Amino acid sequence: MAKGDPGGTTRSRRAASRSRKGAAGDPALVQLLTPEGERIDSATGPDGTEYRVDFTDEEYRGLYRDLVLVRKLDAEATALQRQGELGLWASLLGQEAAQVGSGRALRTQDMAFPTYREHGVLYCRGIDPIMPLGLFRGVDQGGWDPNEFKFNMYTIVIGAQTLHATGYAMGITIDGKTGTDDGEAAIAYFGDGATSQGDVNEAFVWASVFNAPLVFFCQNNQYAISEPLERQTRVPLYQRAAGFGFPGVRVDGNDVLATYAVTRTALDNARLGQGPSLIEAYTYRMGAHTTSDDPTRYRIASEVEAWQAKDPIARVKAFLEKQQIADADFFAEVDEQARRESVHLRERVLEMPNPEPVTMFDHVYPNGSPLLDEQRAKFSRYMESFEGSAH
Amino acid sequence: MSRIKTFNLPDLGEGLTEGEILAWLVKVGDTIELNQPIVEVETAKAAVEIPAKWAGQVQAIHHPEGTTVEVGTPIIAIDTDPGAGPLEAPSTTATPSGDLPTPSAASLAAVEVAPAEGMIEPGLIGGAAPGGRTAVLVGYGPRTTAAKRRPRKGAVPAQAVAAPAPTAPTPPPVVTPVAAPAQNGRAATATGGVLAKPPVRKLAKDLGVDLGTLTGSGPLGSITREDVQQAASGASVVVAEPIAATTAPSFGADREQRIPVKGVRKLTAENMSRSAFTAPHVTEFLTVDVTRAMKALDRLRGRREWRDVRVSPLLLVAKAVLLAVQRHPMVNSTWAGDEIVVKEYVNLGIAAATERGLIVPNVKDAGRLSLRELADALTDLVQTAKSGRTSPAAMSGGTLTITNVGVFGVDTGTPILPPGESAILAFGAVREMPWVHKGKVKVRQVTTLGLSFDHRIIDGELGSKFLRDVGDFLTDPEAALLAWT
Repeated sequence: MAKGDPGGTTRSRRAASRSRKGAAGDPALVQLLTPEGERIDSATGPDGTEYRVDFTDEEYRGLYRDLVLVRKLDAEATALQRQGELGLWASLLGQEAAQVGSGRALRTQDMAFPTYREHGVLYCRGIDPIMPLGLFRGVDQGGWDPNEFKFNMYTIVIGAQTLHATGYAMGITIDGKTGTDDGEAAIAYFGDGATSQGDVNEAFVWASVFNAPLVFFCQNNQYAISEPLERQTRVPLYQRAAGFGFPGVRVDGNDVLATYAVTRTALDNARLGQGPSLIEAYTYRMGAHTTSDDPTRYRIASEVEAWQAKDPIARVKAFLEKQQIADADFFAEVDEQARRESVHLRERVLEMPNPEPVTMFDHVYPNGSPLLDEQRAKFSRYMESFEGSAH
Repeated sequence: MSRIKTFNLPDLGEGLTEGEILAWLVKVGDTIELNQPIVEVETAKAAVEIPAKWAGQVQAIHHPEGTTVEVGTPIIAIDTDPGAGPLEAPSTTATPSGDLPTPSAASLAAVEVAPAEGMIEPGLIGGAAPGGRTAVLVGYGPRTTAAKRRPRKGAVPAQAVAAPAPTAPTPPPVVTPVAAPAQNGRAATATGGVLAKPPVRKLAKDLGVDLGTLTGSGPLGSITREDVQQAASGASVVVAEPIAATTAPSFGADREQRIPVKGVRKLTAENMSRSAFTAPHVTEFLTVDVTRAMKALDRLRGRREWRDVRVSPLLLVAKAVLLAVQRHPMVNSTWAGDEIVVKEYVNLGIAAATERGLIVPNVKDAGRLSLRELADALTDLVQTAKSGRTSPAAMSGGTLTITNVGVFGVDTGTPILPPGESAILAFGAVREMPWVHKGKVKVRQVTTLGLSFDHRIIDGELGSKFLRDVGDFLTDPEAALLAWT
């Protein structure tokens, strides 16, 4: 057998070298809750900003509940895809703290621009988690009213939403809704891979020079599908902000408290009229990029294990237990709620109606068009020509 | 709603048409929970676990492990209410446990190309791909059932006009065979010029292959990259290795068998082509007298603490390679374009022939292991590979490889480097041969070592020194150990 090996040797070498350079001991990483569940009173950002949070016991328990529910609902969606009930799913496993921390820092009037993975932010905005599943089931186009929910539509195009968010934020300024404690702000979500996109860099430029009230929230989950971080950047991502002229900070994205503190501060600066900032939430995608992907082909098991030890939920649980903020009954009750809600979600997904073919004409123009009306009528007559037609 | 629910293999990743059942995690009669993992399926994109869609009791498993199943095919039946007593009538989908039906050739081959639009060129989206698959880009794969178009109101069925047989039962839906062999091969010459995509033409030009002399194996007889590479390398570089060596080839009427290229075979082919045409290979040979080493192995086996250890000549070769790497670290390196990455650790790959094909798991950081630890690691690696449980992690990150062709009874070979590695050693059969020993011709145990290396990194001098050191160790392990360590 005079042949050699399958298996991406070079890629694994890269992955291994990157994990050695990991977050541990990085002075720039803002952290308020260690992986062991120890509270840190306050942390200082690279520009000297002090970050701290002061939650009530009820609020701590609330964050834990959010994290567990978001993870469970996400797992249910992954299972539904495996069972052929969803065409695709982009799992947030591992990124719960980054999403819940930033999502809970948003105020009612703030506008969020998600990618296709922000199921946790969506949940924190109080939106029914069923809403995006129509898109992944292929029964609708993933459309909803962004203004109703203050949550833009899921954006599949990588980084495009950062430009939409920049334009929206510039609009907030033009409307005169910044400059007070209760002003408005916007937040744009994207990933480490998106930072290589022209769109994102253009958004940085425009947001900066127009002093847009916008928080760029980058979840650095270490992989752009299969490409590791060092294929995106030679400097830590948060440092890119300096070149565009606004502050950047790296936060432990698996620490829900630090993520909350850093996002709240950045949003408040924005709403006060102090312009944009970049948050790099340093985290890890524990699952695949989407259900169509096999991460074992491009990253090594030991790296995944190392991040497993930094799990965002385990550290909150350890903290709640140590501080006796929550007891076994509470954890059991949260698990039961998560189970109930995931079963409820499953049942509703299975009952999602297939769209009527004629609905494809519905959202082409806001006020219709004569040509389209004619096509619709013709198509309806055609459909009615079949036996057993419901039309 | 029926108590028995049948689960069909879903499209696990945006436009896949089939999946291979790797392992069943449940068996008939098991009680299962919702979302409990029931089966591992490998597709062209990933190996995934499928969670149970319903809680209940496994009623039937329709396909054994190792079967490739079309998307949409029933794979398991679950009784969702096993407490409700025995079933009234046997389900049509249920089969007696342990009696797994072999999927009929027809059910696997009958992928319908949409009849009216059947003019799609093979290989294009929606058309038949080489190997009889229907190419799709997104969606749920090709339809596996006949189109069920609802009749038009008041319309006369077209069939009734053409074939007035009102009492005859409805004829079965017409199934169009895909990828008729006649479509391949000759079409190129019939239309005049040669069909080949620009990158393939470029490759042919680079390799000095005249496209006009080739018969294409691609869609419409177009010439593929593989055709060119095969022509360039003198027809058969890759030794044909049937996917399942135990099954006799089943030839069709044209006395040819078409084996779909997928899974390990596909990966091996891609890696070998990539390596062979990017890394300039040099192979050197060295024949050595290993009589002393074989005796040393015997003495090792005789030791009490080594009694339960599997000691094979491969162990000494591995040790020889690891020691030689310490003396020549550049051999353990990767060509990374603008830099050479030399590694302190040696993840020692061992090429293994398994039922699924060639795999090369590696022993991580083998240079740090004692001889005893190395022996255990090699045994474990080989047994894991033979049982098909080798993890992707075990196959990634290799830095240097040994291929033990001697177990097939041949003397040596010119191995191809695993991508990313710079050296691979072929270890041939150990034979009794006439050999000049201390001035006389004696019967000695002799073997041939073949070392291929990447000439971008390793010059002839370094490659020769490394091979020489491996040979020296195998000629006289004790002396080499004393001299080197």
